[in-house]
Amino acid sequence: MAPQMHTDKVFDAELAQLRDRLLEMGGKVEAALAGSVRALIERDSALAERVQHQDRDINRIEVEIDEMCARILALRQPAASDLRFITTALKIVTDLERMGDLAVNIAERATELNQAPPVRPFHDLVTLADLCEAQLKKALDAFVDRDVARARDVIQGDDLLDALYTKLFNELLTYMMEDSRVIRRATNLMFAAKQLERFGDHAINLAEMVIYMVRGTDVRHPQSRGFAAKP
Amino acid sequence: MTPAPESAVRDNLEPAEAKVERPAARSSASSSPVLPARPAVAPPRPGTPSSTVAGEQPKLTIEHLNAWYGSNHALHDVSLVVPPRSVTAAIGPSGCGKSTFLRCLNRMHELVPGGRAEGKLLLDGKDLLGREVDPVVLRRRVGMVFQRPNPFPTMSVRDNVAAGLKLNGAKGSHDEIVERTLRQAALWDEVKDRLDASALSLSGGQQQRLCIARALAVEPEVLLMDEPASALDPIATAKIEDLIHELKAKYTIVIVTHNMQQAARVSDQTAFFYMGDLVEVGPTERIFTNPDQQRTEDYVTGKFG
Repeated sequence: MAPQMHTDKVFDAELAQLRDRLLEMGGKVEAALAGSVRALIERDSALAERVQHQDRDINRIEVEIDEMCARILALRQPAASDLRFITTALKIVTDLERMGDLAVNIAERATELNQAPPVRPFHDLVTLADLCEAQLKKALDAFVDRDVARARDVIQGDDLLDALYTKLFNELLTYMMEDSRVIRRATNLMFAAKQLERFGDHAINLAEMVIYMVRGTDVRHPQSRGFAAKP
Repeated sequence: MTPAPESAVRDNLEPAEAKVERPAARSSASSSPVLPARPAVAPPRPGTPSSTVAGEQPKLTIEHLNAWYGSNHALHDVSLVVPPRSVTAAIGPSGCGKSTFLRCLNRMHELVPGGRAEGKLLLDGKDLLGREVDPVVLRRRVGMVFQRPNPFPTMSVRDNVAAGLKLNGAKGSHDEIVERTLRQAALWDEVKDRLDASALSLSGGQQQRLCIARALAVEPEVLLMDEPASALDPIATAKIEDLIHELKAKYTIVIVTHNMQQAARVSDQTAFFYMGDLVEVGPTERIFTNPDQQRTEDYVTGKFG
């Protein structure tokens, strides 16, 4: 059954516009992450600079989305699922903006690393980046399709991401202990890995908000709130 | 005797309005032309006001209430609990039965030609629909305020407030009660210097608060409000809503409103009516953030029709 439309078609159009803008922003964050990691792996400083430059678009869209949400709240007094959609938009826009900043941080590390001789390849870094990208993509798909199962998938996927980060951290630590000349470069890589790990955490925030948007139940911080199991 | 509220009913039941409240003949009892059929009432969730607040006797208990206008079955098997000192809002599109429901609660529905109600309607656990119940006595306990302010046009402000008392046979000066109820209705400061002026010299919002004071003067336990602010400007509306919050400390209030934001602002529990069915009742916050029923969702988000 097709979702029922609002009696006021203009309101439908406003909600669709908001959704499209969020997806556009999500797409730009995806591109920023992919670009920053490629700049790091392929030692492409020009690409790193482009990523930093394009972050302005992401920031601009964040402000636009906030304005759209404030306007809809003021003029439409949305209720029920509409209200949850707007509050979700207001929250995930902050996560997306922050994810863009993390990509910029990685691009900055790439720029610095590219000025020094290359280090030996760390394949887990690429795997970690791919995983982050997949998590974001899956969270955005869950948002579009209002798919709770996929959102739960994202939340569960974080364990793998964390394990990979820990493994990479230890590898880089060993690398530094073996050869003190690489400490500066390895620290930069470690920093980039940390940004990826945090990127993944923001993808979880998105997924949690999707569940709230669809179900109206807040699954965040189960331990702090005295729930035993993960969602 | 309180002919006061009764004549007020008749004032409010001119044909046009009465017609709005009579839903068109239904094509079928279980399916609507607009929306798919669903169970009539959502099973109450644990902890909702309607599942009876523990340790507190409900003020009103409505069980399997049915109402007719002649052969038109306007209200189908409505069951609902109203806790004491709370505000219950009834919402729904025109003709959904919400005003019929309200009028059943003080047996004004039966004043309409062909009006008939069956079922159980308990006030403090005692049945209201029984033959031995005097509707006039009942209406003193269950007062009503109408959509358009209807003060007695030939009476002063003071006499309007005291009208119910006088009609009940109370003699002498009612100044004390007049002042108290005008204060309760948040009107005293605005009218204390012109108590002998005609009620019609007041603004619409003041007239409506005067009508609330008149209803309060006979010390009812339940106050029914049928669109009490729909004819008022936003400031007068805010005063009425503020007043509802105040009155809740002492009275049990049931309000019918077309304004969903108003229902959201003033009520503790909200009942959604559609085509004579009580579709869903629950805590107001839940009804407006995460209702159980798709029809409720569609209505509160503006997706009807």
